[in-house]
Amino acid sequence: MSDVLIYVLHYEGAFNKNSLGAISEGAARAAEIGGEAHAVVVGGADLTDELCKTLGAYGAKKVFRAKGPEGLAQPVVDVMDKVISENGQSYAIFGGGLLGFEIGAGLAARKQAGVTMEVTEIKADGGKLVAHRPILGDSQISVSRYQGDLGIIIGRINAFELRQSGGEAEVVDVEIEYSAFTNQAEMISRGEQRGADVDIEGADILVAGGRGLGKAEGFELCEQLAGAFNNAAVAATRAVVDAGWYPYAAQIGQTGKTVSPKLYLAAGISGAIQHKVGMQSSENIVAINKDKNAPIFEFADLGIVGDLNKILPKLTEAIKAKKGA
Amino acid sequence: MKICVLVKEVPDAAVEKRINASTGRMDRSGEKNLNPYDTHAIEAAMQLREGGAVEVDEIVAVTMGPESAVRALHKAVSLGADRSLHLSDESLAGSDVAATGYALAKALEKESPDLVLLGQQSDDGECYTIGAVVADHLKMPSLTQVIKLDIEEGALRLERQAEYGYDTVKVRFPAVISVGDAINEPRYPSLKAIMGAKKKPLENVTAGDVGIDASLVGAEGSRVQCGEFHAPAAKAAGQIIEDEDTNDTVEKIVAWLDERKLI
Repeated sequence: MSDVLIYVLHYEGAFNKNSLGAISEGAARAAEIGGEAHAVVVGGADLTDELCKTLGAYGAKKVFRAKGPEGLAQPVVDVMDKVISENGQSYAIFGGGLLGFEIGAGLAARKQAGVTMEVTEIKADGGKLVAHRPILGDSQISVSRYQGDLGIIIGRINAFELRQSGGEAEVVDVEIEYSAFTNQAEMISRGEQRGADVDIEGADILVAGGRGLGKAEGFELCEQLAGAFNNAAVAATRAVVDAGWYPYAAQIGQTGKTVSPKLYLAAGISGAIQHKVGMQSSENIVAINKDKNAPIFEFADLGIVGDLNKILPKLTEAIKAKKGA
Repeated sequence: MKICVLVKEVPDAAVEKRINASTGRMDRSGEKNLNPYDTHAIEAAMQLREGGAVEVDEIVAVTMGPESAVRALHKAVSLGADRSLHLSDESLAGSDVAATGYALAKALEKESPDLVLLGQQSDDGECYTIGAVVADHLKMPSLTQVIKLDIEEGALRLERQAEYGYDTVKVRFPAVISVGDAINEPRYPSLKAIMGAKKKPLENVTAGDVGIDASLVGAEGSRVQCGEFHAPAAKAAGQIIEDEDTNDTVEKIVAWLDERKLI
């Protein structure tokens, strides 16, 4: 039996898009190795029969549902450990994100299983699944093969395409007694939004700022530049949002938004993987950074090595002049 | 309270990283340094000690790695750790993430810490996962990528950014916590601390000393085999402009944007 078990994250009664993509991918690959895709969800009353059955549309045949705290990894490790012990799935797949990393790693420890993270492609090979992971700043792809009864695959966010194949899933309730240490962590508040509620998803052009802006006031340069374009907004990296320079609602990347505007102009952004995954499908990427070794120059369509404090104001004026011409 | 900080030696960021074609592993030769993310974990331990909300008796830096990894420990004690523990054994070479986490957990068991701190990722392998592996083996609660850490009513009050915004989580001791780089600004070690680092106690232990099951570590004991590599689909290289004359640079950017009808 070569079934796969996919963890599905949810928040306020809605499933995470990356988790749904992982079900689609898991269902397609499971079929190639003669198995089924099963989903696992952990949470409260918002996980209704009706909601859980909708996971069938993405390819899940069964949905294992356990009551438990949301937003923490270790309860899910306990549940997945039990489900896998009783049902013998051969692979566990996660759509990525911070919880996926934590749960996958905890499960690897619990089940003495191999784990690969940041996976961008899963392939069936000789009745088994292999995981492809980009490494060294995405300059090489490493291929993981698994030994033992369970292989754990943690996807990179946005790696797996969401596909609807129709169908309804059977919902199976899991009775669970959580580990003593799992109960030692408690969610006090989840999903707090910090900073103004700005809308960046509808913009054709995004001017994004990172730590290279130097200080919170550096965002004024980005705002002025965005003001010179038509339908442009300002976005930010995680580092500057955590530092309180810009609102969370404008954050791009692994724990922020995923965007694909016509133009993404990155100012003072190094281009770490966690940021790249949220903007790499932009139609045109322009990067301004004073460090010529910054990883962003590896995937920018136009890279400018220079001081953004000098370039941004002049660029703003030049664009205004061009539009006025 | 005893705090153990997990540290790792990584290739210097300025050195180009590559895979050794004969072993299929990361080439870890060349210039080495303490993983920069780990300095935030040491700083967090120091701030707990100095904050006074808990009595911190001891801060112990713990690493697993070859003989050269001792330099990461020296750096860690120069930043404030009181002593260090070095797990080193030929049998551990080639361990994957799960095997490494298991081995580190066995070394930590010997110390029975109240709190294990580590950096959110290593600069070379880019894994965010070792903390969760260690925690499950130690049967401790765990949280990763923490950007604010306080003590409240004898427990940890932690904040982090997750998929849907900022979460606040209460975690009771003993616990394994990985910290993000936004948590603090690590201090620079004083010259005196750097000079004195080699005099602080350093204990060397082997896999056998801490009761590691040899069948669960090393390349043989790892459940993931990754010795195959290939190049990704090539993306056309972008155009690079070095800014010498800003007026000229801006003119080029505007022309580039205009050509693509972005203005």
